[in-house]
Amino acid sequence: MADLAPSLLDVRNLHVVFGHGHHKVHAVRGVSFAVAKGECFGIVGESGSGKTTVLRSLCGLNTHWEGEILIDGRPAPRHPDRAFCRTVQIVFQDPYGSLHPRHTVDRCLREPLEIHDIGDRDKRITETLQAVGLDKSFRYRYPHQLSGGQRQRVGIARALMLEPKLLFLDEPTSALDVSVQAEILNLLVRLRKERGFTYILVTHDLAIISHMCERLIVMNVGRVVEAMPVTALRERTPENPYTQQLLQASLGYDRKAVERYQTFD
Amino acid sequence: MDQPLLRVENLSVRYVTPTGTVDALKKVSFELGREKLGVVGESGSGKSTLGRAILKLIPRPGQVSAERIEFMGRDLTRVSEAEMRRIRGKQMTMILQDPKFSLNPVMRTGDQILEALSVHGRIGRRPGHKRVLDILKAVRIRDPERVYNAYIHELSGGMGQRVMTAMMLVTNPMLLIADEPTSALDVTVRMQVLAIIDDLVTQRGMGLIFISHDLNLVGSFCDRILIMYGGRIVESCRAADLHKVTHPYSRGLLESLPSIEEPKAVLATLKRDPAWLAGP
Repeated sequence: MADLAPSLLDVRNLHVVFGHGHHKVHAVRGVSFAVAKGECFGIVGESGSGKTTVLRSLCGLNTHWEGEILIDGRPAPRHPDRAFCRTVQIVFQDPYGSLHPRHTVDRCLREPLEIHDIGDRDKRITETLQAVGLDKSFRYRYPHQLSGGQRQRVGIARALMLEPKLLFLDEPTSALDVSVQAEILNLLVRLRKERGFTYILVTHDLAIISHMCERLIVMNVGRVVEAMPVTALRERTPENPYTQQLLQASLGYDRKAVERYQTFD
Repeated sequence: MDQPLLRVENLSVRYVTPTGTVDALKKVSFELGREKLGVVGESGSGKSTLGRAILKLIPRPGQVSAERIEFMGRDLTRVSEAEMRRIRGKQMTMILQDPKFSLNPVMRTGDQILEALSVHGRIGRRPGHKRVLDILKAVRIRDPERVYNAYIHELSGGMGQRVMTAMMLVTNPMLLIADEPTSALDVTVRMQVLAIIDDLVTQRGMGLIFISHDLNLVGSFCDRILIMYGGRIVESCRAADLHKVTHPYSRGLLESLPSIEEPKAVLATLKRDPAWLAGP
Protein backbone atom coordinates (compact mmCIF):
# COMPACT_ATOMS: atom_id res chain seq x y z
CA MET A 1 0.00 0.00 0.00
CA ALA A 2 1.34 3.44 -0.92
CA ASP A 3 2.66 5.49 1.96
CA LEU A 4 1.22 8.82 0.86
CA ALA A 5 -0.23 9.82 4.19
CA PRO A 6 1.06 8.37 7.47
CA SER A 7 -1.22 5.51 8.41
CA LEU A 8 -3.27 5.91 11.55
CA LEU A 9 -4.03 2.22 11.79
CA ASP A 10 -1.71 -0.52 10.68
CA VAL A 11 -2.73 -4.16 10.97
CA ARG A 12 -0.14 -6.79 10.13
CA ASN A 13 -0.77 -10.49 9.84
CA LEU A 14 -3.64 -10.65 12.33
CA HIS A 15 -4.71 -14.14 13.41
CA VAL A 16 -7.55 -15.03 15.74
CA VAL A 17 -8.14 -18.60 16.93
CA PHE A 18 -10.99 -19.58 19.23
CA GLY A 19 -11.18 -22.85 21.16
CA HIS A 20 -8.69 -25.69 21.09
CA GLY A 21 -8.21 -29.12 19.63
CA HIS A 22 -11.33 -30.51 18.11
CA HIS A 23 -13.33 -27.31 18.51
CA LYS A 24 -10.66 -25.01 17.16
CA VAL A 25 -11.97 -22.25 14.90
CA HIS A 26 -9.49 -20.21 12.94
CA ALA A 27 -11.68 -17.10 12.61
CA VAL A 28 -9.13 -14.66 11.18
CA ARG A 29 -6.24 -15.98 9.09
CA GLY A 30 -3.53 -13.46 8.44
CA VAL A 31 -5.29 -10.18 7.77
CA SER A 32 -3.18 -7.11 6.95
CA PHE A 33 -4.23 -3.62 5.96
CA ALA A 34 -3.36 0.00 6.64
CA VAL A 35 -5.70 2.95 6.99
CA ALA A 36 -4.53 6.49 6.35
CA LYS A 37 -5.51 9.42 8.52
CA GLY A 38 -8.85 10.91 7.52
CA GLU A 39 -9.82 7.96 5.39
CA CYS A 40 -13.03 5.94 5.43
CA PHE A 41 -12.07 2.32 5.09
CA GLY A 42 -14.61 -0.45 4.46
CA ILE A 43 -14.50 -4.08 5.55
CA VAL A 44 -17.02 -6.22 3.66
CA GLY A 45 -17.95 -9.83 4.10
CA GLU A 46 -20.79 -12.24 4.63
CA SER A 47 -21.61 -13.81 7.98
CA GLY A 48 -18.74 -15.93 9.24
CA SER A 49 -16.16 -14.06 7.20
CA GLY A 50 -14.44 -12.74 10.33
CA LYS A 51 -15.10 -9.05 9.70
CA THR A 52 -16.61 -8.40 13.11
CA THR A 53 -13.86 -10.44 14.81
CA VAL A 54 -11.25 -8.21 13.15
CA LEU A 55 -13.09 -5.14 14.39
CA ARG A 56 -13.46 -6.49 17.92
CA SER A 57 -9.77 -7.34 18.05
CA LEU A 58 -8.83 -3.84 16.89
CA CYS A 59 -10.84 -2.12 19.59
CA GLY A 60 -9.88 -4.38 22.46
CA LEU A 61 -13.12 -6.33 22.83
CA ASN A 62 -11.38 -9.52 21.81
CA THR A 63 -7.97 -10.06 23.41
CA HIS A 64 -7.08 -13.39 21.82
CA TRP A 65 -5.31 -12.18 18.73
CA GLU A 66 -1.85 -12.62 17.33
CA GLY A 67 -0.01 -10.35 14.97
CA GLU A 68 0.60 -6.65 15.10
CA ILE A 69 -1.81 -3.75 15.50
CA LEU A 70 -0.31 -0.26 15.36
CA ILE A 71 -2.41 2.79 16.09
CA ASP A 72 -0.70 6.06 15.28
CA GLY A 73 2.59 4.18 15.08
CA ARG A 74 2.32 2.69 18.59
CA PRO A 75 1.32 -0.92 19.31
CA ALA A 76 -2.29 -1.14 20.51
CA PRO A 77 -2.65 -2.42 24.08
CA ARG A 78 -4.27 -5.80 24.38
CA HIS A 79 -6.56 -4.49 27.10
CA PRO A 80 -7.77 -0.99 26.31
CA ASP A 81 -6.37 1.69 28.62
CA ARG A 82 -7.46 5.31 29.00
CA ALA A 83 -5.25 6.72 26.29
CA PHE A 84 -6.52 4.08 23.88
CA CYS A 85 -10.17 4.95 24.63
CA ARG A 86 -9.46 8.59 23.84
CA THR A 87 -8.14 7.63 20.42
CA VAL A 88 -10.54 4.88 19.45
CA GLN A 89 -14.30 4.61 19.89
CA ILE A 90 -16.92 2.29 18.46
CA VAL A 91 -20.51 2.66 17.26
CA PHE A 92 -22.37 -0.60 17.64
CA GLN A 93 -24.80 -2.31 15.36
CA ASP A 94 -27.88 -2.59 17.50
CA PRO A 95 -29.13 0.69 18.94
CA TYR A 96 -31.65 -1.29 21.01
CA GLY A 97 -29.05 -3.41 22.75
CA SER A 98 -26.13 -1.06 23.12
CA LEU A 99 -27.60 1.58 25.44
CA HIS A 100 -28.18 0.93 29.12
CA PRO A 101 -31.96 0.71 29.51
CA ARG A 102 -31.99 2.33 32.96
CA HIS A 103 -29.58 5.18 32.26
CA THR A 104 -30.74 8.46 30.78
CA VAL A 105 -29.06 9.86 27.69
CA ASP A 106 -27.36 12.39 29.94
CA ARG A 107 -25.87 9.76 32.23
CA CYS A 108 -24.76 7.66 29.30
CA LEU A 109 -22.90 10.61 27.77
CA ARG A 110 -21.56 11.86 31.11
CA GLU A 111 -19.91 8.59 32.16
CA PRO A 112 -16.90 8.76 29.79
CA LEU A 113 -16.27 12.37 30.87
CA GLU A 114 -16.26 11.35 34.54
CA ILE A 115 -13.95 8.40 33.97
CA HIS A 116 -11.50 10.59 32.09
CA ASP A 117 -11.94 13.49 34.48
CA ILE A 118 -12.89 16.00 31.81
CA GLY A 119 -14.56 19.20 32.97
CA ASP A 120 -17.23 21.41 31.43
CA ARG A 121 -19.50 18.40 31.24
CA ASP A 122 -22.89 20.07 30.73
CA LYS A 123 -21.61 22.16 27.90
CA ARG A 124 -19.95 19.21 26.21
CA ILE A 125 -23.08 17.07 26.49
CA THR A 126 -25.40 19.67 24.96
CA GLU A 127 -22.91 20.46 22.22
CA THR A 128 -22.45 16.82 21.28
CA LEU A 129 -26.20 16.20 21.30
CA GLN A 130 -26.59 19.16 18.99
CA ALA A 131 -23.85 17.85 16.71
CA VAL A 132 -25.73 14.58 16.21
CA GLY A 133 -28.99 16.41 15.55
CA LEU A 134 -30.81 15.97 18.88
CA ASP A 135 -32.08 18.99 20.81
CA LYS A 136 -31.84 19.54 24.57
CA SER A 137 -35.18 17.87 25.25
CA PHE A 138 -33.58 14.48 24.62
CA ARG A 139 -31.07 14.85 27.38
CA TYR A 140 -33.06 13.31 30.22
CA ARG A 141 -34.85 10.62 28.26
CA TYR A 142 -34.37 6.88 28.60
CA PRO A 143 -33.56 4.71 25.56
CA HIS A 144 -37.09 3.27 25.42
CA GLN A 145 -38.42 6.79 24.86
CA LEU A 146 -36.38 7.12 21.67
CA SER A 147 -36.90 5.78 18.16
CA GLY A 148 -34.31 3.53 16.53
CA GLY A 149 -32.74 6.40 14.62
CA GLN A 150 -32.58 8.63 17.71
CA ARG A 151 -30.95 5.82 19.69
CA GLN A 152 -28.32 5.39 17.02
CA ARG A 153 -27.68 9.14 17.22
CA VAL A 154 -27.14 8.75 20.97
CA GLY A 155 -24.79 5.84 20.25
CA ILE A 156 -22.81 8.10 17.93
CA ALA A 157 -22.84 10.95 20.48
CA ARG A 158 -21.42 8.61 23.12
CA ALA A 159 -18.59 7.66 20.78
CA LEU A 160 -17.87 11.36 20.18
CA MET A 161 -17.68 12.37 23.85
CA LEU A 162 -13.95 11.67 24.21
CA GLU A 163 -13.15 13.30 20.87
CA PRO A 164 -11.45 10.24 19.39
CA LYS A 165 -9.52 10.18 16.12
CA LEU A 166 -10.56 6.77 14.96
CA LEU A 167 -14.17 5.55 14.89
CA PHE A 168 -15.16 1.94 14.33
CA LEU A 169 -18.61 1.56 12.83
CA ASP A 170 -20.02 -1.97 13.10
CA GLU A 171 -23.03 -2.21 10.76
CA PRO A 172 -24.27 1.14 12.07
CA THR A 173 -27.53 1.17 10.13
CA SER A 174 -28.52 -2.44 9.55
CA ALA A 175 -31.28 -2.28 12.19
CA LEU A 176 -32.83 0.88 10.73
CA ASP A 177 -35.38 1.69 8.02
CA VAL A 178 -33.98 3.06 4.76
CA SER A 179 -35.12 6.64 5.31
CA VAL A 180 -33.59 6.65 8.81
CA GLN A 181 -30.48 4.96 7.44
CA ALA A 182 -30.08 7.89 5.03
CA GLU A 183 -30.21 10.35 7.94
CA ILE A 184 -27.57 8.45 9.95
CA LEU A 185 -25.26 8.03 6.95
CA ASN A 186 -25.56 11.76 6.17
CA LEU A 187 -24.73 12.51 9.81
CA LEU A 188 -21.64 10.29 9.69
CA VAL A 189 -20.45 11.89 6.45
CA ARG A 190 -20.94 15.39 7.88
CA LEU A 191 -19.15 14.61 11.17
CA ARG A 192 -16.19 13.22 9.30
CA LYS A 193 -15.98 16.31 7.13
CA GLU A 194 -16.25 18.67 10.12
CA ARG A 195 -13.97 16.85 12.53
CA GLY A 196 -11.58 14.93 10.30
CA PHE A 197 -12.36 11.49 11.72
CA THR A 198 -10.99 8.27 10.36
CA TYR A 199 -13.67 5.61 9.96
CA ILE A 200 -13.43 1.86 9.75
CA LEU A 201 -16.82 0.72 8.50
CA VAL A 202 -17.83 -2.92 8.74
CA THR A 203 -20.89 -3.91 6.75
CA HIS A 204 -22.35 -6.46 4.37
CA ASP A 205 -24.07 -3.77 2.30
CA LEU A 206 -21.98 -2.77 -0.70
CA ALA A 207 -24.16 0.27 -1.42
CA ILE A 208 -23.24 1.77 1.96
CA ILE A 209 -19.55 1.11 1.27
CA SER A 210 -19.84 2.77 -2.12
CA HIS A 211 -21.53 5.76 -0.52
CA MET A 212 -19.12 6.21 2.39
CA CYS A 213 -15.69 4.75 1.71
CA GLU A 214 -12.59 5.37 -0.37
CA ARG A 215 -11.02 1.94 -0.09
CA LEU A 216 -12.20 -1.43 1.08
CA ILE A 217 -11.18 -5.00 1.73
CA VAL A 218 -13.41 -7.98 1.04
CA MET A 219 -13.17 -10.88 3.49
CA ASN A 220 -14.21 -14.49 3.17
CA VAL A 221 -13.64 -17.29 5.74
CA GLY A 222 -11.10 -15.26 7.68
CA ARG A 223 -8.97 -14.07 4.78
CA VAL A 224 -8.79 -10.89 2.78
CA VAL A 225 -9.71 -11.97 -0.74
CA GLU A 226 -9.36 -8.55 -2.31
CA ALA A 227 -8.30 -5.02 -1.41
CA MET A 228 -9.47 -2.34 -3.79
CA PRO A 229 -10.40 1.29 -4.24
CA VAL A 230 -14.13 1.96 -4.14
CA THR A 231 -14.07 3.01 -7.81
CA ALA A 232 -13.53 -0.65 -8.75
CA LEU A 233 -16.80 -1.40 -6.98
CA ARG A 234 -18.67 1.42 -8.67
CA GLU A 235 -17.40 0.48 -12.10
CA ARG A 236 -18.02 -3.22 -11.43
CA THR A 237 -14.43 -4.23 -12.03
CA PRO A 238 -13.36 -6.29 -9.02
CA GLU A 239 -10.81 -8.95 -9.91
CA ASN A 240 -11.56 -11.71 -7.46
CA PRO A 241 -14.38 -14.11 -8.43
CA TYR A 242 -15.79 -14.06 -4.89
CA THR A 243 -16.07 -10.27 -4.96
CA GLN A 244 -17.62 -10.39 -8.41
CA GLN A 245 -20.28 -12.81 -7.21
CA LEU A 246 -20.98 -10.74 -4.09
CA LEU A 247 -21.35 -7.60 -6.21
CA GLN A 248 -23.59 -9.36 -8.70
CA ALA A 249 -25.88 -10.62 -5.91
CA SER A 250 -26.01 -7.15 -4.35
CA LEU A 251 -27.27 -5.56 -7.54
CA GLY A 252 -30.61 -7.37 -7.41
CA TYR A 253 -32.33 -10.64 -8.21
CA ASP A 254 -31.32 -12.27 -11.47
CA ARG A 255 -32.57 -15.82 -11.95
CA LYS A 256 -29.94 -16.76 -14.52
CA ALA A 257 -27.02 -15.48 -12.47
CA VAL A 258 -28.01 -17.70 -9.50
CA GLU A 259 -27.34 -20.75 -11.72
CA ARG A 260 -23.70 -19.71 -11.99
CA TYR A 261 -23.05 -19.25 -8.26
CA GLN A 262 -20.03 -21.02 -6.87
CA THR A 263 -19.05 -21.77 -3.31
CA PHE A 264 -15.86 -20.27 -1.94
CA ASP A 265 -14.31 -21.86 1.13
CA MET B 1 -55.86 -13.06 -15.49
CA ASP B 2 -59.46 -14.33 -15.65
CA GLN B 3 -60.50 -15.00 -12.06
CA PRO B 4 -58.16 -13.47 -9.45
CA LEU B 5 -56.85 -15.85 -6.83
CA LEU B 6 -57.38 -13.38 -4.04
CA ARG B 7 -59.47 -10.25 -3.91
CA VAL B 8 -59.30 -8.04 -0.85
CA GLU B 9 -61.72 -5.16 -0.43
CA ASN B 10 -61.50 -2.53 2.29
CA LEU B 11 -59.58 -4.58 4.79
CA SER B 12 -58.97 -2.74 8.08
CA VAL B 13 -57.27 -3.78 11.29
CA ARG B 14 -57.46 -1.62 14.38
CA TYR B 15 -56.24 -1.91 17.93
CA VAL B 16 -58.22 -0.10 20.60
CA THR B 17 -55.93 0.70 23.51
CA PRO B 18 -56.40 2.79 26.66
CA THR B 19 -54.32 5.54 25.09
CA GLY B 20 -56.14 5.65 21.78
CA THR B 21 -57.06 3.72 18.68
CA VAL B 22 -54.38 2.57 16.29
CA ASP B 23 -55.28 1.83 12.69
CA ALA B 24 -52.76 -0.81 11.68
CA LEU B 25 -54.46 -1.22 8.31
CA LYS B 26 -56.95 1.15 6.81
CA LYS B 27 -59.23 0.18 3.92
CA VAL B 28 -56.73 -1.81 1.93
CA SER B 29 -57.98 -3.23 -1.37
CA PHE B 30 -56.07 -5.21 -3.97
CA GLU B 31 -56.25 -8.23 -6.22
CA LEU B 32 -53.78 -11.01 -6.73
CA GLY B 33 -53.55 -13.38 -9.67
CA ARG B 34 -51.01 -16.14 -10.25
CA GLU B 35 -48.15 -13.71 -9.92
CA LYS B 36 -45.50 -12.41 -7.56
CA LEU B 37 -46.82 -9.40 -5.72
CA GLY B 38 -44.37 -7.40 -3.62
CA VAL B 39 -45.52 -5.45 -0.56
CA VAL B 40 -42.97 -2.85 0.55
CA GLY B 41 -42.93 -0.35 3.37
CA GLU B 42 -40.99 0.68 6.42
CA SER B 43 -41.49 -0.77 9.87
CA GLY B 44 -44.95 0.07 11.13
CA SER B 45 -46.43 0.47 7.66
CA GLY B 46 -48.74 -2.51 8.18
CA LYS B 47 -47.18 -4.86 5.67
CA SER B 48 -46.88 -7.81 8.06
CA THR B 49 -50.32 -7.09 9.50
CA LEU B 50 -51.68 -7.37 5.97
CA GLY B 51 -50.18 -10.84 5.57
CA ARG B 52 -51.53 -11.99 8.91
CA ALA B 53 -54.97 -10.48 8.35
CA ILE B 54 -55.39 -12.44 5.11
CA LEU B 55 -54.63 -15.64 7.03
CA LYS B 56 -56.99 -14.44 9.79
CA LEU B 57 -54.19 -14.59 12.34
CA ILE B 58 -54.70 -11.24 14.04
CA PRO B 59 -54.80 -11.94 17.79
CA ARG B 60 -57.48 -10.81 20.19
CA PRO B 61 -57.47 -7.12 20.92
CA GLY B 62 -57.04 -6.50 17.20
CA GLN B 63 -60.30 -5.87 15.34
CA VAL B 64 -60.42 -6.98 11.73
CA SER B 65 -63.07 -5.76 9.35
CA ALA B 66 -63.32 -6.26 5.64
CA GLU B 67 -65.97 -5.97 3.00
CA ARG B 68 -64.64 -9.08 1.40
CA ILE B 69 -61.57 -11.31 1.34
CA GLU B 70 -62.29 -13.60 -1.56
CA PHE B 71 -59.89 -16.50 -1.91
CA MET B 72 -60.46 -18.97 -4.77
CA GLY B 73 -64.11 -18.00 -4.94
CA ARG B 74 -64.79 -18.21 -1.17
CA ASP B 75 -65.34 -15.24 1.07
CA LEU B 76 -63.02 -15.73 4.03
CA THR B 77 -64.86 -13.17 6.15
CA ARG B 78 -67.79 -15.61 6.36
CA VAL B 79 -65.75 -18.74 6.99
CA SER B 80 -65.77 -20.35 10.45
CA GLU B 81 -62.55 -20.83 12.41
CA ALA B 82 -62.76 -24.62 11.95
CA GLU B 83 -63.07 -24.14 8.21
CA MET B 84 -60.26 -21.61 8.28
CA ARG B 85 -57.95 -24.16 9.88
CA ARG B 86 -58.50 -26.41 6.88
CA ILE B 87 -57.56 -23.59 4.50
CA ARG B 88 -54.63 -22.27 6.47
CA GLY B 89 -51.53 -24.37 5.90
CA LYS B 90 -53.23 -26.26 3.09
CA GLN B 91 -54.28 -23.76 0.46
CA MET B 92 -52.66 -20.68 1.92
CA THR B 93 -49.35 -20.70 3.79
CA MET B 94 -46.88 -18.24 5.20
CA ILE B 95 -43.08 -18.22 5.32
CA LEU B 96 -41.83 -16.26 8.31
CA GLN B 97 -38.69 -14.25 8.67
CA ASP B 98 -36.46 -16.26 10.95
CA PRO B 99 -36.60 -20.06 10.90
CA LYS B 100 -34.63 -20.25 14.17
CA PHE B 101 -37.48 -18.58 16.04
CA SER B 102 -40.45 -19.85 14.08
CA LEU B 103 -39.71 -23.57 13.93
CA ASN B 104 -39.92 -25.91 16.90
CA PRO B 105 -36.45 -26.19 18.46
CA VAL B 106 -37.03 -29.62 20.03
CA MET B 107 -38.58 -31.42 17.06
CA ARG B 108 -36.66 -32.81 14.11
CA THR B 109 -37.22 -30.66 11.04
CA GLY B 110 -38.45 -33.59 8.95
CA ASP B 111 -41.08 -34.47 11.56
CA GLN B 112 -42.27 -30.86 11.53
CA ILE B 113 -42.75 -30.96 7.78
CA LEU B 114 -44.54 -34.29 8.15
CA GLU B 115 -46.79 -32.76 10.79
CA ALA B 116 -47.79 -29.98 8.38
CA LEU B 117 -48.77 -32.71 5.96
CA SER B 118 -50.61 -35.02 8.37
CA VAL B 119 -52.70 -32.21 9.86
CA HIS B 120 -54.39 -31.90 6.48
CA GLY B 121 -55.16 -35.53 5.79
CA ARG B 122 -54.10 -39.00 6.77
CA ILE B 123 -50.79 -40.10 5.42
CA GLY B 124 -48.85 -43.25 6.25
CA ARG B 125 -45.38 -43.10 7.77
CA ARG B 126 -43.59 -44.36 4.71
CA PRO B 127 -45.30 -42.33 2.00
CA GLY B 128 -45.11 -39.34 4.37
CA HIS B 129 -41.39 -39.80 4.86
CA LYS B 130 -40.93 -40.00 1.13
CA ARG B 131 -43.00 -36.89 0.46
CA VAL B 132 -40.87 -34.95 2.97
CA LEU B 133 -37.63 -36.12 1.38
CA ASP B 134 -38.98 -35.18 -2.04
CA ILE B 135 -39.93 -31.68 -0.97
CA LEU B 136 -36.53 -31.23 0.72
CA LYS B 137 -34.94 -32.20 -2.59
CA ALA B 138 -37.22 -29.73 -4.37
CA VAL B 139 -35.82 -26.89 -2.26
CA ARG B 140 -32.37 -28.09 -3.34
CA ILE B 141 -31.12 -29.60 -0.14
CA ARG B 142 -28.33 -31.92 -1.18
CA ASP B 143 -28.49 -34.30 1.76
CA PRO B 144 -32.20 -34.58 2.65
CA GLU B 145 -31.78 -37.57 5.02
CA ARG B 146 -29.42 -35.59 7.24
CA VAL B 147 -31.63 -32.49 7.23
CA TYR B 148 -34.71 -34.61 7.98
CA ASN B 149 -33.11 -35.78 11.22
CA ALA B 150 -31.54 -32.44 12.17
CA TYR B 151 -32.82 -29.92 14.67
CA ILE B 152 -33.14 -26.34 13.50
CA HIS B 153 -30.10 -25.12 15.48
CA GLU B 154 -27.94 -27.60 13.58
CA LEU B 155 -28.70 -25.93 10.25
CA SER B 156 -27.38 -22.70 8.77
CA GLY B 157 -29.69 -19.74 8.17
CA GLY B 158 -30.05 -20.48 4.47
CA MET B 159 -30.76 -24.18 5.11
CA GLY B 160 -33.30 -23.30 7.82
CA GLN B 161 -35.13 -20.99 5.46
CA ARG B 162 -35.21 -23.77 2.85
CA VAL B 163 -36.71 -26.11 5.44
CA MET B 164 -39.40 -23.54 6.22
CA THR B 165 -40.08 -23.08 2.51
CA ALA B 166 -40.35 -26.85 2.12
CA MET B 167 -42.79 -27.01 5.03
CA MET B 168 -44.98 -24.34 3.50
CA LEU B 169 -44.99 -25.92 0.05
CA VAL B 170 -45.46 -29.58 1.00
CA THR B 171 -49.26 -29.23 1.02
CA ASN B 172 -49.30 -27.73 -2.50
CA PRO B 173 -50.89 -24.41 -1.53
CA MET B 174 -52.30 -21.96 -4.05
CA LEU B 175 -51.20 -18.87 -2.20
CA LEU B 176 -47.91 -18.33 -0.45
CA ILE B 177 -47.34 -15.33 1.79
CA ALA B 178 -43.67 -14.70 2.50
CA ASP B 179 -42.98 -12.21 5.28
CA GLU B 180 -39.39 -11.00 4.90
CA PRO B 181 -38.28 -14.55 4.10
CA THR B 182 -34.71 -13.64 3.25
CA SER B 183 -33.79 -10.53 5.22
CA ALA B 184 -31.75 -12.50 7.77
CA LEU B 185 -29.65 -14.15 5.04
CA ASP B 186 -26.43 -13.22 3.29
CA VAL B 187 -26.88 -11.80 -0.21
CA THR B 188 -25.78 -14.83 -2.22
CA VAL B 189 -27.75 -17.26 -0.05
CA ARG B 190 -30.70 -14.87 -0.29
CA MET B 191 -30.62 -15.04 -4.07
CA GLN B 192 -30.47 -18.84 -3.97
CA VAL B 193 -33.50 -19.10 -1.66
CA LEU B 194 -35.38 -16.60 -3.83
CA ALA B 195 -34.57 -18.62 -6.95
CA ILE B 196 -36.09 -21.70 -5.27
CA ILE B 197 -39.26 -19.81 -4.32
CA ASP B 198 -39.39 -18.27 -7.81
CA ASP B 199 -39.13 -21.65 -9.58
CA LEU B 200 -41.71 -23.36 -7.38
CA VAL B 201 -44.18 -20.49 -7.62
CA THR B 202 -43.85 -20.39 -11.41
CA GLN B 203 -43.97 -24.18 -11.90
CA ARG B 204 -47.02 -24.68 -9.70
CA GLY B 205 -48.87 -21.60 -10.86
CA MET B 206 -49.18 -20.22 -7.34
CA GLY B 207 -49.78 -16.69 -6.15
CA LEU B 208 -47.08 -15.12 -4.00
CA ILE B 209 -47.32 -12.14 -1.66
CA PHE B 210 -43.76 -11.12 -0.92
CA ILE B 211 -43.45 -8.76 2.05
CA SER B 212 -40.17 -6.88 2.28
CA HIS B 213 -38.57 -3.58 3.20
CA ASP B 214 -35.99 -3.88 0.43
CA LEU B 215 -37.12 -1.85 -2.59
CA ASN B 216 -34.35 -2.97 -4.92
CA LEU B 217 -34.94 -6.60 -4.15
CA VAL B 218 -38.70 -6.41 -4.65
CA GLY B 219 -38.20 -4.41 -7.84
CA SER B 220 -36.02 -7.11 -9.33
CA PHE B 221 -37.90 -10.15 -7.98
CA CYS B 222 -41.63 -9.42 -8.19
CA ASP B 223 -44.08 -8.72 -11.02
CA ARG B 224 -46.12 -6.05 -9.28
CA ILE B 225 -45.53 -3.88 -6.20
CA LEU B 226 -47.74 -2.31 -3.54
CA ILE B 227 -46.11 0.45 -1.51
CA MET B 228 -47.54 0.87 1.99
CA TYR B 229 -47.37 3.73 4.44
CA GLY B 230 -49.21 4.11 7.73
CA GLY B 231 -51.51 1.15 7.07
CA ARG B 232 -52.52 2.31 3.60
CA ILE B 233 -51.49 1.38 0.11
CA VAL B 234 -50.13 4.67 -1.18
CA GLU B 235 -49.17 3.42 -4.60
CA SER B 236 -49.08 0.32 -6.75
CA CYS B 237 -47.06 -0.23 -9.89
CA ARG B 238 -45.50 -2.85 -12.13
CA ALA B 239 -42.09 -3.85 -10.81
CA ALA B 240 -40.42 -2.76 -14.03
CA ASP B 241 -41.83 0.74 -13.49
CA LEU B 242 -40.56 1.08 -9.92
CA HIS B 243 -38.30 3.98 -10.86
CA LYS B 244 -41.30 5.85 -12.31
CA VAL B 245 -43.36 5.96 -9.10
CA THR B 246 -44.94 9.33 -8.38
CA HIS B 247 -46.13 9.38 -4.76
CA PRO B 248 -43.78 11.55 -2.66
CA TYR B 249 -43.37 8.76 -0.10
CA SER B 250 -42.35 6.18 -2.72
CA ARG B 251 -40.03 8.71 -4.35
CA GLY B 252 -38.54 9.56 -0.95
CA LEU B 253 -37.87 5.88 -0.20
CA LEU B 254 -36.16 5.37 -3.55
CA GLU B 255 -34.05 8.48 -3.24
CA SER B 256 -32.90 7.71 0.29
CA LEU B 257 -31.25 4.48 -0.87
CA PRO B 258 -27.50 4.60 -1.39
CA SER B 259 -26.47 3.17 -4.74
CA ILE B 260 -23.42 1.07 -5.59
CA GLU B 261 -22.90 2.52 -9.03
CA GLU B 262 -24.00 6.14 -8.72
CA PRO B 263 -23.00 7.50 -5.35
CA LYS B 264 -24.64 10.74 -4.27
CA ALA B 265 -22.92 13.35 -2.13
CA VAL B 266 -25.83 13.59 0.27
CA LEU B 267 -28.70 11.13 0.54
CA ALA B 268 -32.18 12.56 0.30
CA THR B 269 -34.09 12.21 3.54
CA LEU B 270 -37.78 11.70 3.81
CA LYS B 271 -39.99 14.54 4.94
CA ARG B 272 -43.19 12.94 6.12
CA ASP B 273 -46.35 14.76 5.19
CA PRO B 274 -49.36 14.19 7.51
CA ALA B 275 -51.57 14.53 4.43
CA TRP B 276 -50.38 11.10 3.26
CA LEU B 277 -52.35 9.56 6.11
CA ALA B 278 -55.50 11.50 5.32
CA GLY B 279 -55.53 10.30 1.69
CA PRO B 280 -57.83 7.66 0.23
